[in-house]
Amino acid sequence: MTELKENLKMPEQEKLVASVSPHIHSGVSIRKVMLLVIISLLPATFAGILFFGLPALKVIVLSVLFCVFIEWAWCRIDGRTDDWKDFSAVLTGLLLALNLSANVPWWICPIGAFLAIGIGKQLYGGIGYNPFNPALVARVGLLIGFPKIMTTWMPSLNMRDSSHPLHKLIYDVDATTCATPLGVVKTAVSKPDTVQNVFHSLCNFDAYLAYLKGDMPGCIGETSVIALLLGGVLLIALRLIKWQVPIAFIATVAAISGLVNYFSPNTTPGPIFHILTGGLILGAFFMATDMVTSPMTTKGAVIFGIGCGLITSLIRIWGGYPEGVSFSILIMNALTPLIDKFTLRKPFGFRYNENKV
Amino acid sequence: MNYSHDNHLYFYGGVHPDDSKKLSACEPIKDAPLLEKYTVIVGQNIGAPPKVIVKKGDIVKKGQKIAEASAFVSANLHSPTSGTVSAITEIIGVFGAIVPAIEITSDGKDEACESTKIEPSKASPEELLAKIADAGLVGMGGAAFPTVVKLSPPKAKKIDTLIINGAECEPYLTADYRLMLESPDKVLRGVAIFAKILGVNRIIIGVEANKPDAIENLRKSHLLNEYGIEVKSLRVRYPQGAEKQLIYALTGRKVPSGGLPMDVACVVQNIGTSFAAYEAVYEGKTLYERVTTITGSRVVKPGNWRLRIGTPISKAIELCGGIKGDVAKIVAGGPMMGLAQISLDTTIMKSSSGILLLGNEEIIQYRNQPCIRCGNCVDVCPMELLPGPLSVYIENERFDLAEKEFVMDCMECGSCAYVCPSKRPLVQHFKRAKAEIIAKRKSQQLSQKAK
Repeated sequence: MTELKENLKMPEQEKLVASVSPHIHSGVSIRKVMLLVIISLLPATFAGILFFGLPALKVIVLSVLFCVFIEWAWCRIDGRTDDWKDFSAVLTGLLLALNLSANVPWWICPIGAFLAIGIGKQLYGGIGYNPFNPALVARVGLLIGFPKIMTTWMPSLNMRDSSHPLHKLIYDVDATTCATPLGVVKTAVSKPDTVQNVFHSLCNFDAYLAYLKGDMPGCIGETSVIALLLGGVLLIALRLIKWQVPIAFIATVAAISGLVNYFSPNTTPGPIFHILTGGLILGAFFMATDMVTSPMTTKGAVIFGIGCGLITSLIRIWGGYPEGVSFSILIMNALTPLIDKFTLRKPFGFRYNENKV
Repeated sequence: MNYSHDNHLYFYGGVHPDDSKKLSACEPIKDAPLLEKYTVIVGQNIGAPPKVIVKKGDIVKKGQKIAEASAFVSANLHSPTSGTVSAITEIIGVFGAIVPAIEITSDGKDEACESTKIEPSKASPEELLAKIADAGLVGMGGAAFPTVVKLSPPKAKKIDTLIINGAECEPYLTADYRLMLESPDKVLRGVAIFAKILGVNRIIIGVEANKPDAIENLRKSHLLNEYGIEVKSLRVRYPQGAEKQLIYALTGRKVPSGGLPMDVACVVQNIGTSFAAYEAVYEGKTLYERVTTITGSRVVKPGNWRLRIGTPISKAIELCGGIKGDVAKIVAGGPMMGLAQISLDTTIMKSSSGILLLGNEEIIQYRNQPCIRCGNCVDVCPMELLPGPLSVYIENERFDLAEKEFVMDCMECGSCAYVCPSKRPLVQHFKRAKAEIIAKRKSQQLSQKAK
């Protein structure tokens, strides 16, 4: 019999962990997911600060701070002391700020933060349990509560220059506020005589270029299409969102506005205008794709995206508000459980005639 | 690393953990020295545990039957060495429960009992089948399903393809890889025995492409043409070695939900089992030892060892030079589906493909935070289930909803939990739901009988 070596170090039995398989993990965590989404929002954030200046920075900082504070306080009261550290409140705060105009009074931020984190998220039980996108709950809550403030826009800094293609949107030289392109369209369509002139001034190459850069009035984070696309591509590359949602969303808006514009040119401008203005890109890539509140399957994601596009177009073209992205996403959030139910996929090897459903 | 592979049918989902096979891949299989005492667990197979046919004080030889198959789905058990039955006892088994065991004290002579060899070309399929049953073969990939049952499908089921699972898709494990590398002919001869018993013409060995030398080695063998065996390299993706996914990758057939491979005319056997079949038939050797990979970051010298059934885990670790650093988890099997051990006295079984020693920083720390519906699990579930929502149903004890949404199709591969950012113990939820649903079905059957 061979002697086995003595004095070998052996595991300590009482220290062994006995948990279920698998025993290894990919290393992904909620915090990492949230951080990556925040990083992909940074281009749009910087673009917002670039075009709207320090007021934008103030709104962003305040929103994030108040959201984190409310999350921290609520979790503390609730006894879930660690939950606030997962960066999800930072993301909600950032999204809320990007959905506000840079010229809102400071106290909009704490109210918005409370609506988002308190009413939109923690009231339902915190992360994972909220049926609606918290930042959008806040935005729509504020829009209903403070309609004047929430529909008063600040022109981008460059628009004061008279050579800027959107210079005419500023009401007068001294005005600190102006209309958004979508708002201008909404008022223009009621005057059939001038509607084509207005459309033309908003739908030309220079204007499109301004929309792409984000050099136009609007919410802090929704204006710069290029910056948003940069982040959106990052999200898709990192597989943090399903690409089907933004693509279906944007394609539906483009298709409907294209059709309506083709058959009735006075009703609405063409698809390029609809894609580049308003909150469509921000909504499609960053709001509609919110994990908690959108469907889990690919098929569900397509239905969700189409639904969002449909409602957005309806509101923009025939509704009472110039912009419908927020409402459309919230409505589709409400339909998500239903979509999940009807898109329940069948397991590998499922056969309809043999397996009972 | 990217390896080229020649299957074009990809199963849905799956994950790609670091395979960590280099720790032990270059270590040749070594025979473990004889121990003074072996504690052979009774009931190493799925199905009924065998009936113990020795008593305390009996003298046994190596390879002698010490417990006999008690039902159709059961398997014989054999003594790992010659010596005395010193106790019929109980130890903590790999599942953490206390199980009966036979303790054999070695006499140091390691005398083999008499055995008969068979020349497979002259033997009938029935004789071969009887030999395999006699040798107590079970699926050695981890499930330990009695091989003889798999090889005797009901008459109504026509079998046309034999698939040999050489995927070894679990990270860390290299036991099958070493067998393919060191004894390709023995493995192929074992495969041919299965083929003869089943009477099939099509034989495919599927090996994950991260073992190019093993594939090369098998392909070089002259036996390949003789027996008509195909060797295919497979895409490297966990769980490529799962029965249903393997069959799909190699034949394009989908085993029906709730069905078995024989429903699509296939039988799947493992490399280790094929090797054991060779030994049983050509050498008359019963299944009392197997190749086990002992590895992990905490093992001083990882390696592949031929261990006797009944070797305590502690002795296996000694073979590898003990541990370095703190061990947080000892896993019997691979890191994705293996079982965490609570006792070092648990012994090697026929299904022990690996012993894995992991440190605290490597192991998953389950937290069961809320599901954030990120859909990672949906993207990786190879059975195309919705693990996240299922786990929520189960947390709320809605086993009826879980059953309706196909939790019974879950094979517990662990891909979902591997990618869950909330670190939910998803497999635990599914194991629980499956147990609850089976218990409910049984009680329903009983009450129906009573009526």
